[in-house]
Parts: sequence; C-alpha cells; structure tokens
Amino acid sequence: MKNNPLIPHKAKIIEVTAQTDIDITYKVESDLQPENGQFVQVSIPRVGEAPISISDFGGGYIEMTIRKVGSLTNEIYTLKPGDDLFLRGPYGKGFPLEQYKGKHLIIAAGGTGLAPVKSIINYFYRNPEEVARFDVLMGFKSPEDILFQPEIDQWAEKFNTTLTVDSATEDWKGNTGLITKFVADITIEDMDNVEVVIVGPPIMMKFTSLEFLKRGVPKEKIWVSFERKMSCAIGKCGHCKIDETYVCLEGPVFNYTKAETLID
Amino acid sequence: MGYRLQNNDFNELLKELSKEYKLYAPKRFEKRGRFSDTDSVRYGEIQRVEEIDYTVKSHFSPKEIVYPITQTLFYFTEEEYRESQVHDKKILVFLRPCDINGMRRLDTIFLENGPYKDVYFERLREKVKFVMMECKESFENCFCVSMGSNFTDHYSMAVRFEEGSVLCDVKDKDLQSQFVDNKKESNFTPEYVQENNIKVEVPDAEKITPALFEHDLWKDYAKRCIGCGRCNMVCMTCSCFTTQDIAYEDNPKAGERRRVWAGCHVDKFTDMAGGHSFRKDYGSRMRFKTMHKIYDYNKRFGEHMCVGCGRCDDICPEYISFSTCIKKVNQILKEGNHEE
Repeated sequence: MKNNPLIPHKAKIIEVTAQTDIDITYKVESDLQPENGQFVQVSIPRVGEAPISISDFGGGYIEMTIRKVGSLTNEIYTLKPGDDLFLRGPYGKGFPLEQYKGKHLIIAAGGTGLAPVKSIINYFYRNPEEVARFDVLMGFKSPEDILFQPEIDQWAEKFNTTLTVDSATEDWKGNTGLITKFVADITIEDMDNVEVVIVGPPIMMKFTSLEFLKRGVPKEKIWVSFERKMSCAIGKCGHCKIDETYVCLEGPVFNYTKAETLID
Repeated sequence: MGYRLQNNDFNELLKELSKEYKLYAPKRFEKRGRFSDTDSVRYGEIQRVEEIDYTVKSHFSPKEIVYPITQTLFYFTEEEYRESQVHDKKILVFLRPCDINGMRRLDTIFLENGPYKDVYFERLREKVKFVMMECKESFENCFCVSMGSNFTDHYSMAVRFEEGSVLCDVKDKDLQSQFVDNKKESNFTPEYVQENNIKVEVPDAEKITPALFEHDLWKDYAKRCIGCGRCNMVCMTCSCFTTQDIAYEDNPKAGERRRVWAGCHVDKFTDMAGGHSFRKDYGSRMRFKTMHKIYDYNKRFGEHMCVGCGRCDDICPEYISFSTCIKKVNQILKEGNHEE
C-alpha cells in the first residue's frame, strides 16, 4: 500500500551501553531528525512494538535508553551491535527548545524521565551561551539506578546539577531524598524568565510541579512529558486518549496549563 | 428511483450483484446466542434476501466488515515485513440509519484523526456502498432520535422489506443499471423513526466540569460493571485496538503483526510495561467511556460519538443502561450538585 504509516524501517545498532543492570542505551543508525522529547515506535518482528523516547540524536544516529520490563524489551536486551531494530516515527510534539533559549532553564528528571530530556541538556552543554542559566535536578531510586553517569559528570562542569537518590547505603556520599526536597535550593531570580521541564513517573511530576508552583513559577512556564500505553502512535488505537487529547498527537510534551486539565 | 421487486427478482439482483460485490447483511446464526437455545443476529455474507434478518436489531454492529475483529497488518518471514492483502471485490452492506451515521464516526477516527490515514481501514472502507434498511420503528433501548442518528440520506440504495417483495429506492448509478425495464417502478421513499421510547438530553459541553469526573455517580458503576467489555465490542463507534505480534508455533521464524479490538472497560487497556496503569476501578472506565461518547469526541470533532443504537444496553450482563447514565449525568448537571 502507498503511504502505509505502520511500516517500520530497519535501523542497525551501532553501540550498546549498559546504564544499569536493566537499562541499556542503544545507538542506532538513523537519518531521523527528531524534536527533543519525541518518541519512536520500536519493534522486533514477531515479538512486538512499543513507544520509546529518543534519548539523544545527532548526525546519522539516534539513541534510545530502554529498560528491560516486558516481552519486547526483554528481547531487545539480547541484541548486540550489528543487530537490527525496526523503527517508525518520530511521533508526537516535543519540547519547544527555541522557547527555552536565552532563559533560565530548570530541568527536573526522575529515573528514566532523564532519557527524553537528555538531548536538551546535551544541546545546551554544547551551546551553553544559548541559555541564561541552567539547573539540572536528577533523582533516582538508588545509586544502582543512576543513568548516564559519565554525562552527568560532564554536565556538572558547566551547569548547576543536583543528583539525588531516594535511598542508599552508607557508602553513598551524595544527596538522598526525593527530588521535591531540592526544588527549594534552586535560585530563581526572575520568574518571568524561567522555564521548568519536569519529566518522570506521574506522581513525581505531580509533586515536583506543585513545589515549583509554590516557589511562584507561573503554570505556563512548566512543561511535562506523559507516558501512556500506545499501540499505533498515530491517533487511531485510542489507548493514550485523555479527554479529547491524544497523547501521541498533542503530547507527549504538554505545558502544565494543559496537563493539569487532563484527567485519565 | 423507486422499484418494487418480488423476492425472486431481488434474489436475481443479488446474484448479479455478487459478481462484483460481497454482500453483507444481518443474519441469524441459530443457537449461537448468549443463552442456551437463543440465536445470534450479526453480520455475515448473504446470497438471498431470505437470509437477511431485519426483524430485530443485530446484536453486533456492521463495523467488523470494514474493521475486522482481528486483522493482520504484516506477515513476517524472519525480518521481512509483507503487508496483508484484501479481496478485490466491492462491498454492499445492508444496515440501518444509526449504523450509517456510526460509520462516519469510524471514518473520522481512522481517516481524519492525526496526520495519517489508516490505510488498513481505508482499503476496505472505500469499497463500501450502503444499502439502508428502512427503520421506522424503534427497538428496545434505542435512542437514535435523541442522538440525531435516526436519519440519513447517505446511501446507494434504501430498501423496505415487505411480505414477498422488496421496495427499493436506488440512488447509485452503477446499481441503477442493474434494475432493468421489467422491474416495476414504485414511488417508494424510506421512512425513519420519529420517536423512541427512550429519550435523552445530552448535556452541553460547557456544563461539564472536572467535578463531574469525581462524582459519586461513577462509584455506583464501580460496583456494577464487571469490566467484560461487551459494550465496547457491540458498539458501532468503539474503535480502539491493540497491536499484537505472534510467531507461528511450528515455525517461530515466521509470524504476523495483528491488530485486535480492544475496549476501555477491559483490564490492561492502559497497562504499560513497568507497572503503571490508569483507571483501575470500573467506575472510572464507565466515566471514561461515557465522556468519550457524549462529551470529548464532540469537543474534538463536532458531533457526538454515540449514535444511540442501544446495543450496549442490550448486551450488558449487569443491566447497565447507557441512556440511563446519560440521563443521570444530565440530572446531576441540572441540579448543579456536582460542584459540592
């Protein structure tokens, strides 16, 4: 059929990097030029297809960080460089990067929520003059769950970064506590010039948003990214619909003013 | 142009048409009903007018003709993707006005929502011509008049079944050519249901507030609904599906990607790998479906999704009535007590 939007294309795996015991970053050959925060439908024939956010991209490649949590991702977990993944997309609306330029940008990411915002952080890492000030708050369950550690170390050289874990054994020298605890520590000089990006599990996004609102950040300056079950990613299958909004079409990135109206 | 055809002549016509068309109509499947010794009336291919059961409302809608319950998207041989094929005949469907109106809702979702057309739907849908079965009297649980779906003039041919003969109003030129001179003309124009026993008033969108989403009304449904999803399956306008990959048992290197009907009342509809899910209680699912059918679809596309066929009420094993639910919502909003 002409223009079959469900046909995926083959993408060769170039590099496989273990982040934790169950999270792996796959760099694959691809000419896609996604927006930051968009996602692709990743599949293996005969196993299944799932929406996966793009954790970084550049000339000739995209990168996805995938957790081994289900039948498809268990199978992906066995793949090595040279093997193929199947992709279609990119889909959805990403973060409005242009709008963040020149502003005081704050990113708060919980767990795998760091993946869809990593390309933004790396963009401003490469172009630090394009942002007035940049704070990055990152929270993980435990030190063993930390993703992208080498990149986090690099970011710390240029930006004000805070890394925390919910709980850890005594030999952990870093911060402990939920991400919400550290919102108060961020210096915000001009509420009109700030943009806050919050991505993580639903409960983390809810309470972190509330902390920033308490600080006086206007709702329209807060951005979140939703994760929902999706089967088609093109507005047909109905799984991701909330009210009249299709997360695959109008999301996954939403301004808080929209996100707060969405009742599942 | 109107015609009266004796059943024999109509059967000749069907025979002629079947060279070019697959003919679908509601058929009676004996002893295949929900209870012992009951029949099921649903869509199937027909050859003769006598096979068409127009005396009752079909238990299932005609949506499966253009949107099969299970549909293969791709066949896989190792890593090769090959698209599934469809037959090369055109399709003639005998259906009532509510279902013709329901088809427009499916068209909207599959062909208009989002930047891409659903080509698997389109390739069947574009083959379809409607033969509207005149529907003058309401069946149990119907509320099509309230939903404005009792009328349509979007058909290629309209028919009225009478004892021994069929009255036809033919609009489609290709079909017209099948009606040769020896068939008697009549001045038949179809009539429509003017009134149902059940009447609902769909609340205005601006009256619906987040507080309604939290109302105790939905808690009642949490106790009654068992999440079986029959309402979703029989509904003409429920169009959700889930994609599944399978590997053939005797050769795991070959397999298929399929899509299968899904329902928002059924467990796992929102489950994601990793454990997150939404609307765990059945009341929230009733609220989600209700709002889709009479509120948010309308906000997005400008008409209500529900066409008032009442099949959901007919099928519910817990005797949940969707029209009653609409009435309750409207009552709550009128009384204004949802803001408390």
